[in-house]
Amino acid sequence: MVTYVIRRLVVSVGVLILATMLVFLLVAESGNPLALLQANPHIPRRTILIREKILHLNDPLWERYWIWFSHAIRGDFGNTIEGQPVGPQLGSHLLITLRMVVLATLLSIVLAVAVGIVSALKQGKLTDHVATVTNFVFLAAPVFVVGLLLKEFVAIPVNEHLNRIVFYTNGEQSPTLTGSFLQRLPDYAAHTVLPTITLILVTYSSWAIYQRASILETMDADYVRLARSKGISPRRVLMRHVFRNALIPVTTVIALDFAAVLGGAVITEIVFGWQGLGQWFLTGVTTLDINITLAYLLITAVIVILFNLLADILYAFLDPRIRYD
Amino acid sequence: MTDTSDLTPRQQRRQLVGTTEAGMHSLPSVPPGANSDQDGMAGEARGQLATVARRFVHNPQAVFGLGVFAAMAIAAILTGLFWTYSVTAITNTLNAPPSLSHPFGTNSIGGDMLAQVMRGTLQDIEIALLVAVMATVLGTLVGAIAGFYGGRVDSAMMRLVDLILVIPTLVVLIVLANIVAKQANNWFWLAIIIGALSWTYIARLVRADFLSLRERDFVEASRALGATDRRLITRHLLPNALGPIIVNATITVALSITLESTLSFLGLGIQPPNVSLGLLIDQGQDSATTEWWLFVFPVVFLIMLILSIFFIGDGLREALDPKKNRVRA
Repeated sequence: MVTYVIRRLVVSVGVLILATMLVFLLVAESGNPLALLQANPHIPRRTILIREKILHLNDPLWERYWIWFSHAIRGDFGNTIEGQPVGPQLGSHLLITLRMVVLATLLSIVLAVAVGIVSALKQGKLTDHVATVTNFVFLAAPVFVVGLLLKEFVAIPVNEHLNRIVFYTNGEQSPTLTGSFLQRLPDYAAHTVLPTITLILVTYSSWAIYQRASILETMDADYVRLARSKGISPRRVLMRHVFRNALIPVTTVIALDFAAVLGGAVITEIVFGWQGLGQWFLTGVTTLDINITLAYLLITAVIVILFNLLADILYAFLDPRIRYD
Repeated sequence: MTDTSDLTPRQQRRQLVGTTEAGMHSLPSVPPGANSDQDGMAGEARGQLATVARRFVHNPQAVFGLGVFAAMAIAAILTGLFWTYSVTAITNTLNAPPSLSHPFGTNSIGGDMLAQVMRGTLQDIEIALLVAVMATVLGTLVGAIAGFYGGRVDSAMMRLVDLILVIPTLVVLIVLANIVAKQANNWFWLAIIIGALSWTYIARLVRADFLSLRERDFVEASRALGATDRRLITRHLLPNALGPIIVNATITVALSITLESTLSFLGLGIQPPNVSLGLLIDQGQDSATTEWWLFVFPVVFLIMLILSIFFIGDGLREALDPKKNRVRA
């Protein structure tokens, strides 16, 4: 197991370095980040030359990549085009995004397991059909559509109807927010409810479908049939034999999907105007800011790799038949 | 059921979950001529096809999906050909709610929304089909070669797949789309970049199937009779791996519509004057509560389009699943 984990990590680091090279090339070759400045006649030529020098724009590509790489492995992600250090910006934006992601992931798990169990036990009944169609609708609806629908047809009517702001639809907190943490909490909550619901709806659906399939598959297994024929009560068969085994694959799925939740959060943030990682990254890409793009790539790729590894380890841990060596 | 011991948990999961991302039960690895089907059909190609088709049409959800998808595609094509207003037409009626002359209303510059929504639907289908064909051909090719030859070829190709799987797709897609967005008439390039990032799952699936299939007796027998590699792959291995490939291609269509519309919503996908549903939603979002028709029609069409394809994929998966011997009515 340990050798397996180490081997996986070594391969992942190699792949990660290749990925940064690839994205570096793509961004560097896709245009001049100072094009807007150069088009402005009021900016003296000297200023642009200095900026070019700071950004190493005239150095060969491999040299520019090496400058980034040698700093990045020491934890220094360089400066943005505007000259601010990337590291602290990454940290503060990540914290905002995680607020939504952690809450949504936990609630999605609860919802998915509940819906999955109920529709599996009521297989073929109306409850099951309604749950399955609902799951499929949220599976099909893109994140931004769900977010926009909640924003336009839930938040705005509710706020207008009650004549006060219940759900904020823009930003992660009010700009003028002060006071102690407890005083700020209601404001955070009113900003967080709708984005979190959006993320839950698009996340839970695939997990619920999976949970349902997993329970149905387990109920078909020979050992469950055996347990039933031994005369164990149906309730006990469900609790001890079906649920416990049906939860194993779901656990790993949730670990695997954490990256997808992060991706969904990026889009949700843009819909609800949060100043989180997604908005930051998108601005970075469109302004051709290599350091922002690479920092975002690194943080998300590392999360993907770690959670994929966690999924495999969990799988082996929960199901002793799985061996990786 | 194909031997799944070679698959990672992620792949086993996708086989179980079916449509969550793009999975399905593996088609049985049935030697040609074997009596495989629980319906008592001989396993020859036409018999299997008829069985699958019969199971598919007995699944109301699948038939509904196919019907809705076909209706939308045909309506989109017919509107483009015969509707009074073209996509680029600008009328004197601005911001008009739905009426007989403009069933979906008009936008702020007097464009007819029916023409726009239908053109957007068609554009989404065009992109998605191109992506699905590209991803399926590329993925099957890579997976087949890696799975059939194994060894060094296999590990080289799977490292490439790992590279693409590890990088968060959205990151690379947004970076690439930012480049492609500047091209005129960029829908073709948009399809190419989405396709270039979508083939890895099919490749892994085909590889896993081929790894287990190539050890089968009927393949050995054929090889002993002097069949070339190419004949083995095209006549014996590929037909037995076809079910999962088809289901996956369907799901790829749905996923690429999601990706394309998300990019268009972010302003990095389809650019005006071209139209796509994601772009229309982006343009209509600010007036969703006042000029609702600018927002609601593209949203409904986008969800129906993706949902119908998911239903088709799910129906195909169940129809191709040998374990489902009873026909659900």
